Amino acid sequence: MHEMGIALQIIEIAAASIPKSDVPVQVETVNLKVGKLAAIVPESLRFCFEIAAKESPLSGAALHIEEVPIQARCKDCEAQWTIDKPVFKCQVCDSGSLDIISGRELNIESIEIADEGSE
Amino acid sequence: MYQFNKKQIANHHSGPHKGPHTHENQTTALHTVKSGTREIKVVRRVLDVNDQMADQNRQLFAKHGVFVLNVMSSPGSGKTTTLVKTLSKIVPEIQCAVIVGDICTTNDADRLAISGVPVVQVNTDEFGGDCHLAAHVIEKALGGINLHGIQLLIVENVGNLVCPAEFDIGEDARVVILSVTEGEDKPLKYPLMFRECDAAILNKIDLLPYLDYDASEAVENIRQIHPDMPVFEMSAKTEAGMAPWLDWLRHQLNTKISDH
Repeated sequence: MHEMGIALQIIEIAAASIPKSDVPVQVETVNLKVGKLAAIVPESLRFCFEIAAKESPLSGAALHIEEVPIQARCKDCEAQWTIDKPVFKCQVCDSGSLDIISGRELNIESIEIADEGSE
Repeated sequence: MYQFNKKQIANHHSGPHKGPHTHENQTTALHTVKSGTREIKVVRRVLDVNDQMADQNRQLFAKHGVFVLNVMSSPGSGKTTTLVKTLSKIVPEIQCAVIVGDICTTNDADRLAISGVPVVQVNTDEFGGDCHLAAHVIEKALGGINLHGIQLLIVENVGNLVCPAEFDIGEDARVVILSVTEGEDKPLKYPLMFRECDAAILNKIDLLPYLDYDASEAVENIRQIHPDMPVFEMSAKTEAGMAPWLDWLRHQLNTKISDH
């Protein structure tokens, strides 16, 4: 529901990361990491990004989204596993005391720009 | 959504989302990833700006010794009624203020104002019709509240079980309200919300005799998502079951004030 706001933030951060250049720099790809626990719909985000990127330095860039699985570690028995259904209990000892070690990400990892001189 | 470190996850009640944020724009050329393109490393959280503002809010709240409660739920689960009744029990013993977010109307602020506490209505249509309250919106709303002497600031978020869970506003604790007129499986459908909160209220239990609703299943589903979280089964309308909720709230508040 808030994907447009997220898309605008992505564009702002990515645009600020474009190296200074005398010639226009074409950003080919924006690489994102999105955790499975983040309430982001990738299709929706791509759609918003495409629209919002027009008229911006990111125009024409593709959004590459790497989904990060939800990894948990039990604080009692230290078992580690991937949460793939909505159950946040240790599979080994049934403890509810756990660390979420991944799956909450919403990060811009990098941008890929057309290399000058290669074309 | 938040870049937790292990300690923060380990101690969920120490205050949400005080994550180490990457504030610097670390732009360094890395390597050529494929022919004709060059990868530039960025590594920033998309909600960095929100998180920085939330941290500013948190520092301001800490300075004034204000405990901030972020109340979230789907529309119509009884947030406003719960807060009106809660205020009626704790004011004037506890000095309170409320920020209430809606896309449109000041109806909720009008209802809350009867409690006699300062109320600021935020209409998010001014901010693009947002489905949640972001940290900068709270910061702006704080201009309408004198935090001096306030012990408890309640933020009634926009009715929505998805987006508000993503946005840190600088709060100390988060509460989700679920009502028995919603499906028992809501916690399973919106795991982030139930995972992110520090307490849950199962509201409108006075309606149970008239509904085909399994309250124990709803509670079990909440426990499946967040096993250690307290769940308060109550009716804000009849005030049945409110005491444990009020005790929890007072305890949270006293813990912060004694730390101040």
